[in-house]
Amino acid sequence: MSEPIDLAIIGAGPAGMAAAALAAGHGLDVVVYDENQAPGGQIYRGFEAVAADRAADLDFLGDSYRAGLAIAHAFRASRARYQPSTSVWLIQKDRTIGISHAGRARMVEARRILIATGAMERPVPIPGWTLPGVMTVGAAQTALKAAGLVPRGPVVLGGKGPLLYQLAAQYLGAGVTIAAILETGARPLAALPHLVQAWWRTDYLEKGLALLRQIKNAGVTIIKNVSGLRAIGDGKLDAVEYRCGGTVQRIAAPLLLLHEGVIANVQLTMAIPAAHRWDEAQRCWHPVVDEYGDTDLEGIAVAGDGAGIGGAEAAASMGRLAALAAVHALGKISDGEFREIGYDLQRERRRYLAGRPFLDALYPPPAVAAALADDTLVCRCEEVSAGEIRRAVALGCTGPNQTKSFTRAGMGPCQGRMCGLTVAEVIADRLDRPMAEVGYYRIRPPIKPLTVGELAGLE
Amino acid sequence: MIERDILVLGGGLVGAAIGYGLQKRGLRIAVLDEGDVAHRASRGNFGLVWVQSKGDGFPPYADWARHAADVWPDFCTELEQRVGFKIGYQKRGGFSLCFSEKDFAARANLIKRMHNQQGPKGYDCEMMERARVEKMMPAIGPDVVGASFCPHDGHVNPLLLLRALHTALGVDYFNEHRASAIRARRGGFEVDAGAAVFAAGRVVLAAGLGNLPLARMLGAELPIRPQRGQILVTERLPAFLDFPMSGVRQTVEGTVMLGSSREEVGYDNSIKTDVLKTITRNAVRAFPLLARARILRAWGALRVLAPDEHPIYQTLGDHAHAIVATCHSGVSLAGAHSETFAGYLAQGGLPAHFAPFHSRRFDVQAAA
Amino acid sequence: MFRRLHKDSETLTITIDDVAMTLPAGSTVAAALLASGNMVCRKTPVSGADRAPYCLMGVCFDCLVEINGEPNQQACMVVVRPGMAVKRMPRPAPVAP
Ligand SMILES: Cc1cc2nc3c(=O)[nH]c(=O)nc-3n(C[C@H](O)[C@H](O)[C@H](O)COP(=O)(O)OP(=O)(O)OC[C@H]3O[C@@H](n4cnc5c(N)ncnc54)[C@H](O)[C@@H]3O)c2cc1C
Ligand SMILES: Cc1cc2nc3c(=O)[nH]c(=O)nc-3n(C[C@H](O)[C@H](O)[C@H](O)COP(=O)(O)OP(=O)(O)OC[C@H]3O[C@@H](n4cnc5c(N)ncnc54)[C@H](O)[C@@H]3O)c2cc1C
Ligand code: FES
Repeated sequence: MSEPIDLAIIGAGPAGMAAAALAAGHGLDVVVYDENQAPGGQIYRGFEAVAADRAADLDFLGDSYRAGLAIAHAFRASRARYQPSTSVWLIQKDRTIGISHAGRARMVEARRILIATGAMERPVPIPGWTLPGVMTVGAAQTALKAAGLVPRGPVVLGGKGPLLYQLAAQYLGAGVTIAAILETGARPLAALPHLVQAWWRTDYLEKGLALLRQIKNAGVTIIKNVSGLRAIGDGKLDAVEYRCGGTVQRIAAPLLLLHEGVIANVQLTMAIPAAHRWDEAQRCWHPVVDEYGDTDLEGIAVAGDGAGIGGAEAAASMGRLAALAAVHALGKISDGEFREIGYDLQRERRRYLAGRPFLDALYPPPAVAAALADDTLVCRCEEVSAGEIRRAVALGCTGPNQTKSFTRAGMGPCQGRMCGLTVAEVIADRLDRPMAEVGYYRIRPPIKPLTVGELAGLE
Repeated sequence: MIERDILVLGGGLVGAAIGYGLQKRGLRIAVLDEGDVAHRASRGNFGLVWVQSKGDGFPPYADWARHAADVWPDFCTELEQRVGFKIGYQKRGGFSLCFSEKDFAARANLIKRMHNQQGPKGYDCEMMERARVEKMMPAIGPDVVGASFCPHDGHVNPLLLLRALHTALGVDYFNEHRASAIRARRGGFEVDAGAAVFAAGRVVLAAGLGNLPLARMLGAELPIRPQRGQILVTERLPAFLDFPMSGVRQTVEGTVMLGSSREEVGYDNSIKTDVLKTITRNAVRAFPLLARARILRAWGALRVLAPDEHPIYQTLGDHAHAIVATCHSGVSLAGAHSETFAGYLAQGGLPAHFAPFHSRRFDVQAAA
Repeated sequence: MFRRLHKDSETLTITIDDVAMTLPAGSTVAAALLASGNMVCRKTPVSGADRAPYCLMGVCFDCLVEINGEPNQQACMVVVRPGMAVKRMPRPAPVAP
């Protein structure tokens, strides 16, 4: 292993890019690893290709996408070393990092580590969600941003959340037919009290309202308070069924896009393991971090949506804060400078986060477990149903690690990313216990694919 | 107060198998276990039902391991019928590969020695040259010079075995009931576990490494220690390997397990990349096609080890009704624990021929 | 299932199950599948059901395909290269019980 890197950043989304630019600007030796082939993270995915080849798409990709370009360009202009197509499969407490690139695995060492691995969409099982023709809204958006792909036929969007409406608007802009939006219980009334706090994010709210207006004006059918969503088909999706106002309806469609908000992707932090806490409002696990993103582990910090969902701008602020803490810890700025710059960044971050409680209340995470039919698959990889988890609970299992070893749910290639929360929700529901008590899978490395041969040739 | 004939402390493979055997014989029992997260060799092991090389220099264990392998098939059939699902048990024999002539000679020596130690039952383990090994396992790599083969060896999905035992135990299995205190009283014991108090004439200490603190509660010290083993498992691969061996086996699900190290690191069950590198190197040397398989998980688990690595079965000090059962091969011995060991307990206690398994044997060694 | 919004300047050719397909440089293999008209990428080992890419961001592991002879590659994380041979994967041969 060679000389340790000053700051190793995992993830080149807004958090990682902003952190890298700041830290490199203060003279740290920074390396950014990202498994994607281009920087941008989830929100600014493919920004370079879009800017170069498809500038016209910027019209419907929206202002926030355009705004992110500034962060991205600053990152590209900085001295930070960017290593694309490189996945991080292991982080150890001693700050050694296992990376894999082009079929070769290597260990590197860092003085500080910033984990900026972002979010993933909350997996919410419905009957038939494994059928070809059922994808996530985020997937559709990725196909649009990174490859300029849009559905050929009519598409049904199911679920709720800002991303869903954003995609709807982007699709309308790109001339895609939306057969219907099936909205699963947004709660405008519950969200109202949080409006006060959100007032200085009026831009946010205006943007949301404008989106909704645009979708309505386009004549898209929006059906509210939908339940019992079901994907129907034999070998591929043919139709979408749903319940609304006591009746069951069916829409023929070749493509259903699901979305129930996003959750922190904690696979890497769980695997170290860093300490985590259950966040009841966002109904997912978050690493325990302080205001500079520091975890309970010396020299290891988390920033961006991987530490809790706050959106792209807050992610960038938090990335800068964590980078600042690294710059300070490695002696590149004085205590005074640290406090001064830190104060401004904290203020900026708080402002960006102000709209969050409103959004969390407007689009509450669904009550997953109670509505799950016994025969619905919760684990896509090992094809384990909700009923099998319930049977394991009846057998005496009280936590997801026991149900995992008894049912194989969580043992497949996704390593529990798709079923972890659902399985725990089912257990919590059955035993009538809080999620914090039920716990989560013990995540085992490697958290990204690594072959036996690669490990055997580890450098 | 929950009253039973016998309390089994620990619901890993050892406790669950003994509990199941006792329950089948009509005793009123309770198996007490910890919750979701605990040190549990039963959830981290390699899944071999193994005879070859077990009990070198200690014939009572060699006999016991062989007996265990002999009863496994019937034990398995009955258990599977009772619970209604398969547990992935196969008994087609198993290998230990040799990568050099020196390896081969050393292995042949061990086999011969064990053959001579073995009584009338015979040892049945044989050395095979590369050509024969290759016929049975066409995927072996060019470095393999030969192997030992034992027809009594087999393997099982240890997680499904545990699940089957817990299923069979039914309401007698108490999850999240960690025994926190044991009190000897007239005619038996009281055990605090979770919010409940259990009482029974006899207790079986079968809590793996948890036996250390439990034995101390009754004033005894057990000579066992943790030893870490690291294991990896791959994604499901097309069937390519019909036989298990120490280090590599393809499960009935299609995944391939690679293992396992032996490390003296106390209660640390983390993984170490240099060790995983050695394990995967050896695996690729044995079966080059594994190089392309993706690893799904790697973990460390703690063995429950006596100084000579053989089981300890005994009563505890003055407490004739407190029985200790602790071993390093809880998978291999599961059938024997349920079918034979539990039978001894049901009939009153450990038989005389089990005396060599007492931890007293270490005092003798130390004195000699 | 999916169509491309633009005619791209830079393109390259790969095969999916031996059928040639032209794509913009920088596409992922998953994007190629989506644009191919048949988004199925494999059959599952457990039930043999058809699966297609689901998340396109590397977390669901549903998009596994064989690429240049290497099985179980994540199609959504691999960028196409000229001449790449992509194959949909059959159900792996089960282990005899
Ligand atoms: C599918 C999806 C689409 C979204 N679209 C929008 C949107 O259009 N508008 C919006 O406001 N918000 C969107 N979000 C919310 C988004 O999380 C935030 O806006 C923002 O992207 C968070 O930034 P980040 O830097 O924390 O993480 P991200 O932008 O998610 O970046 C994380 C990066 O880490 C990399 N990474 C993860 N794990 C590893 C690893 N082990 N090794 C190497 N690299 C790794 C990823 O490749 C990724 O590039 C989306 C979220 C998702 C999940
Ligand atoms: C890496 C590795 C590979 C192995 N490979 C094999 C193999 O191939 N074949 C084989 O035969 N064996 C193998 N073994 C050994 C085998 O796993 C063990 O022998 C067996 O699991 C021991 O079972 P146990 O029940 O004694 O202990 P454990 O499995 O440790 O179970 C003990 C149980 O007792 C509970 N407990 C602890 N304290 C208390 C308390 N105070 N009150 C109530 N409950 C308590 C624990 O929660 C746990 O559930 C391997 C072990 C390791 C570590
Ligand atoms: S589509 Fe989910 S991992 Fe590729």
